[in-house]
Amino acid sequence: MAKILFIEDESAVQKTVGEVLKQEGYEVISALDGEIGLRLAQTNKPDLILLDLILPKLHGLEVLKGLKENEQTKQIPVIVLTNLEDMSDIEKALEIGATTYLVKENYSLEEIVEKVKEALKKFK
Amino acid sequence: MAHRNFFSQLNLFVQSKKAGVTIWQYPQFLFLVMGIITIAAILTTYAVGIRYVPEPEIVVLIVLALSAILLIITFTITQSFERLVEANRMKSEFVSIVSHQLRSPLSNLRWSLELLMSGRLGKIEEQQLDYFKILKDNSSRMGELVRDLLIVSRIEQGRVSLKSQEASLPDLIQGVISLSIPFTRASNVEIKFEPKNNLPKIFSDPSQLKLIIENLLDNAIRYIKEKGEVKIILERKDSRFYFEIKDNGVGIPKEDQKYIFQKFFRSSNILKYKTQGTGLGLYITKSLIEKMGGKISFKSEENKGSTFWFSLPIK
Repeated sequence: MAKILFIEDESAVQKTVGEVLKQEGYEVISALDGEIGLRLAQTNKPDLILLDLILPKLHGLEVLKGLKENEQTKQIPVIVLTNLEDMSDIEKALEIGATTYLVKENYSLEEIVEKVKEALKKFK
Repeated sequence: MAHRNFFSQLNLFVQSKKAGVTIWQYPQFLFLVMGIITIAAILTTYAVGIRYVPEPEIVVLIVLALSAILLIITFTITQSFERLVEANRMKSEFVSIVSHQLRSPLSNLRWSLELLMSGRLGKIEEQQLDYFKILKDNSSRMGELVRDLLIVSRIEQGRVSLKSQEASLPDLIQGVISLSIPFTRASNVEIKFEPKNNLPKIFSDPSQLKLIIENLLDNAIRYIKEKGEVKIILERKDSRFYFEIKDNGVGIPKEDQKYIFQKFFRSSNILKYKTQGTGLGLYITKSLIEKMGGKISFKSEENKGSTFWFSLPIK
């Protein structure tokens, strides 16, 4: 059963996306800020990380950088799930090493689950 | 790039459009006009005064008094229009900020509804489903309004960036038509699309083109009373594409026609039929087409239907 680390500060998003992932059989670990997220990634070694960008304590892109610079976590696929849709944010995130960039507005829960499944299959 | 920006800053017509006011309301332009009037008045007064008044000191005094008066007038006028421009800018920024803030809660509503309506959290009674549908439809409406408002504020702040890609207009149009099949079927409308053969590819922004065509098609279908027919023509006229869409819907009353491209305007006769709608579609469509270097127009007769057409450069 795959483990997903969900770094997102808004409780409503944690609940909805988290619930649908749990229903699909994944174990979901929640982190409500960037610092905790980075720490839990190192201690729990998830199979995939869902990352919001606007986070307290540490901005999502900084978290992404931290993940990719750490030997233990740099192999973990990261899907960015955010409301920010400027080209510059998207390019930066992909450049640092995000696998996929999803703008919350454009996706249904089912579609997000599909993207998670795709990423897990690719990086098995 | 830098010198182009410098000259565009000097171009008062461009700046006034960006500020959302007419050139006659733009403070810098008014300042220039008042300056010219003041100089002309001073010179004329001096020339006339010298001829009719013997003492040159008195002429100078008259000229100084006149200049002072004109300067005060200039100051008052430009001040009040500065406030107008600033208010406009703040309004645009406000709409942009609020719309961005609304996106998060709307996403949460959408996803919660998706989860509930999927049945994964328990079976929903038939009666409950009706009200869930109302929740879903209304949060979609809010989502569309927010999306349109964000496009409108990007247009107003001059932040629309158009891509330049090769695209096939006939394919794009066909794609939009296919996506609207459920709607056309429900509205009992038949769509006829007759593109001419051998049309060249267009160099433009495909996503904005889609938006334009979706909007015009939606309008054509939405306001048809009974069995409807929508006819779309696409052809090439010299170095431009010509697109025409004709419907036999309720049409636009003559007295409303001059307002049809304005923000939030909705014609009196359609308010009778369908109360939903943001009134932003045609404003967005016209702004985008003009940004792409095209022109849009229409003719319409109440109860007979409307024909909208636009032309776009091929490159």
